[in-house]
Amino acid sequence: MPDAPDISDDLPAYARSLGIAVCGEDAGMPVLTVDFGPMVEGRPQHFHGGATAGLLETAGYAALRTALLASGRDPQMKPINITVQYLAAGKSKPSFAIGRITRLGRRNANVTVEAWQDDRSRPIATAVMNILMV
Amino acid sequence: MTTPPARFDAREASQWFFRHGHTGWLGLRFTDQGDNWVELELPWREDLLGDRSRPVLASGPIISLMDMASGMAIWQASGAFKPVATLDLRVDYQRPARDRASVRGRVECYRRTRSAAFVRGIAHDGDPDDPVAHVAGVFMTIGADPRQQNPALNPAQNRAQNRAPQGDDADA
Repeated sequence: MPDAPDISDDLPAYARSLGIAVCGEDAGMPVLTVDFGPMVEGRPQHFHGGATAGLLETAGYAALRTALLASGRDPQMKPINITVQYLAAGKSKPSFAIGRITRLGRRNANVTVEAWQDDRSRPIATAVMNILMV
Repeated sequence: MTTPPARFDAREASQWFFRHGHTGWLGLRFTDQGDNWVELELPWREDLLGDRSRPVLASGPIISLMDMASGMAIWQASGAFKPVATLDLRVDYQRPARDRASVRGRVECYRRTRSAAFVRGIAHDGDPDDPVAHVAGVFMTIGADPRQQNPALNPAQNRAQNRAPQGDDADA
């Protein structure tokens, strides 16, 4: 199986300025991370829910971009919606996220994303995204 | 002598909320409020773009805007700052924001129970009748932690916290 295409340089300006970076891959999908710091802090010493959502969303787009490039497609991706479930508080340490393509259609993709900190099996948040491809 | 706690006021609290942390980095601003709603503004900024082909705000910061407006709408509706945690937040994007447009998020808390609060709102870029996004969310109240009091309602702690080292949080 070929390596996952490198999408590190493909992250949007928003993700890069928040400090989101690609830190590895799993099952051909990029793993994204963001360190804890003032830029992501909500209540003291915890991730702001919006920052967690930003990491999830970026990982969702990164997963879809990776899957599309792997199948020779390069469409523009437009958000339709996102539903974020918050499962546990994001503490003052790095967070990680990875997306999984539930369905890749011609015009629409359904992507699920998980974010965790120390323990991959205990996610702090999940998201489901519908993304339009044009 | 004890003074009764001040009623939560979103306008006043914004002065502290947006001074540091994630919402400070985004540059959120208070714009308007009602009995059970709050409107905040996310100013357009080059480094918050989501798409290199168009100068349009990314959807991520819009979620942050709506999450923050949701929490503040809950405090506005209840009159008290009690920590809340987002359980579920859904954003339906209606259309991209206009080029170089700031986005405003107006969220109302339409129902509160003892442990949950329900919110709904819109994000718009000038005309509330033509929203950029609709949102709906559910929040839980979480146990008050004495270490995490709201600086906005406690001027003494406020000063202490502003002196406390905050890393690289200085306003750029």
